[in-house]
Amino acid sequence: MSRGLAAALVLIALAILAAAPLGLGRYDTYILTLWLVTAVAALGVNLIVGYAGQETLAQAAFLGIGAFTTAIMTKAGVPFAVAFLASGLFAFVVGLLIGFPALRVQKHYLAFVTLAFSVFVWLLIRNEEWLTGGVMGIKDIERPSLFGLRLRSAQNFYWFVLAITALLTFAMWWLVRSPWGRAFMALRENPVRAESIGVSVRGYKLLAFAIGSAYGGLAGALYAPLVEFIDPAPFALGPSLLFLLMVVVGGAGSFLGPFIGAAIAVLLPEYLRFAQSYYLLIYALLVIVMMAFCPTGIVGLAKRLYAARRGKPAPAQEMKPLALGEAQP
Amino acid sequence: MAEYLQLLISGLATGAIYALAAIGFTLLWQTSQTINFAQGEFVMLPAFFALVAMKTLGLPFSLAALLAITMTMLLLGVAFKKIIVDPLIKQGVLPLVISTIAVALLLKDGVKEFYSAEAQPFPAILSDKAEAFLGIKISPAQLGVLGVAFATIAALQWFLGGTRTGRQMQATAQNPTVARILGVPVERMVLLTFLINAALAAIASLLISPVYLVKFSNGETLGLVAFVAAIVGGFNQVRGAIAGGLLVGVIDNFAGYLMPAYRQALPLALLVVIILFRPQGLLGRREERTV
Repeated sequence: MSRGLAAALVLIALAILAAAPLGLGRYDTYILTLWLVTAVAALGVNLIVGYAGQETLAQAAFLGIGAFTTAIMTKAGVPFAVAFLASGLFAFVVGLLIGFPALRVQKHYLAFVTLAFSVFVWLLIRNEEWLTGGVMGIKDIERPSLFGLRLRSAQNFYWFVLAITALLTFAMWWLVRSPWGRAFMALRENPVRAESIGVSVRGYKLLAFAIGSAYGGLAGALYAPLVEFIDPAPFALGPSLLFLLMVVVGGAGSFLGPFIGAAIAVLLPEYLRFAQSYYLLIYALLVIVMMAFCPTGIVGLAKRLYAARRGKPAPAQEMKPLALGEAQP
Repeated sequence: MAEYLQLLISGLATGAIYALAAIGFTLLWQTSQTINFAQGEFVMLPAFFALVAMKTLGLPFSLAALLAITMTMLLLGVAFKKIIVDPLIKQGVLPLVISTIAVALLLKDGVKEFYSAEAQPFPAILSDKAEAFLGIKISPAQLGVLGVAFATIAALQWFLGGTRTGRQMQATAQNPTVARILGVPVERMVLLTFLINAALAAIASLLISPVYLVKFSNGETLGLVAFVAAIVGGFNQVRGAIAGGLLVGVIDNFAGYLMPAYRQALPLALLVVIILFRPQGLLGRREERTV
């Protein structure tokens, strides 16, 4: 695909997304906004899992860190922009702090440390009532205003979140194509070689984890004013696992993957009401089947089908099952 | 003083149960590269088998326990290996890890949807009324848990070190290629590991259920504790998992007494301390980095 065509497709997609709420009611617009917020956090997971080959089981905890930072700061009268950036920065620093010890050891230690961290953050939110309101949570979180324009309405807030999502997506796109991003991929594909040509494997993994976590924090900063009420539940271990699974189902390591994964996780249970109580069961089964037959996720599956229809074998690179995680067997 | 001794003993009792889960986790990791993120759910589920056997089928406890262990070995041992692990290990470690996370969700939500979301009481075989013994209060239930758990661990140790099959299993865990060359039936040994893991999980489940109630979400904490016990002890050693389990159990009990609100934060603290100061675990051997 040529650069111009890609740019045109991105613009068309943005135009469709921008026009989407015009035909939708308040609630559907809210769900669409929730999808965007989820996708931002999933973009972060994708950087960690898909590009750096690590596992994070704490993205919902980082979402919580961002949401509570923003809620507490804006309640104290701090402008939203400052609270938003502070949320991302805070998640980034916490990411560095827990990633640093975890990545000292090989294998899947980051998964275990993030798992324990996730439990810890949930406890913190639940127990420290003076700060987070405990199980009662924080109510009536204000939606911000932009240059005097109130973003109170569902539509205005959707456009605001869409703009930020577009910015963050572009930043991520730039990141994975920059020399930094190439280093991420190099260490996923062949860590020994990456290290031998001077890529600091540990440093880049740590950076990838911290940036990915910062995306979680930024998503949280958008989540708090979106739902206007936060309590500990959405930031527990279960949602963190779901973030990992949605990215993998969408297609880890592909750029569209997180958006598709987030769509399946957010939109489907809303519109498939009949399946709601069995939704998680169906989802878990889907993940297992997907992993067994097409570990590159829905994006990988689509590429495979597209290549098959055109009678060409898919490019070898795409056919290769996701070789993440066994950076060190 | 007596109070602390009591905490120590009840800590050892829960720790012995954690050790069972941690040993199974370690064995699987070593022999089949299966990092089982559903280990906690593996400990949660068998108690429900026993409950169904007792309530629906009306079986006495002993038969129900036997049935639960058998069911667990079939479902979480054989079926887990054949249906989940075998097809997925071909795709690599990460797809397998993700799938075990999905299995965890599946088991947890399956129990919630098809059995109950409420915590279920589980019959105790021995009374949990503490009796003073040399000034320390110990309940028969605690003694029973300690006895059964340690007997299981001792039997396993004897099996692994003292029998031909056990030593073949250890060889498989240490180096499957060489083991195969030496004529060890590696495939059968791997299957045996899955069976042993399931049996250990089932025993742990039956032991812990009278203490905590039986609930679909029990696996979250149990799993985390098992992982931490395995890592703290040194995951390349069965001895490590035992020591790790006991240590985590004791610390957990003291934490529950001294700072109940943050009891569940303990795994994180322990993990970070161990990784920073002794990454190979307390009893583990340092593994050479493959990078």
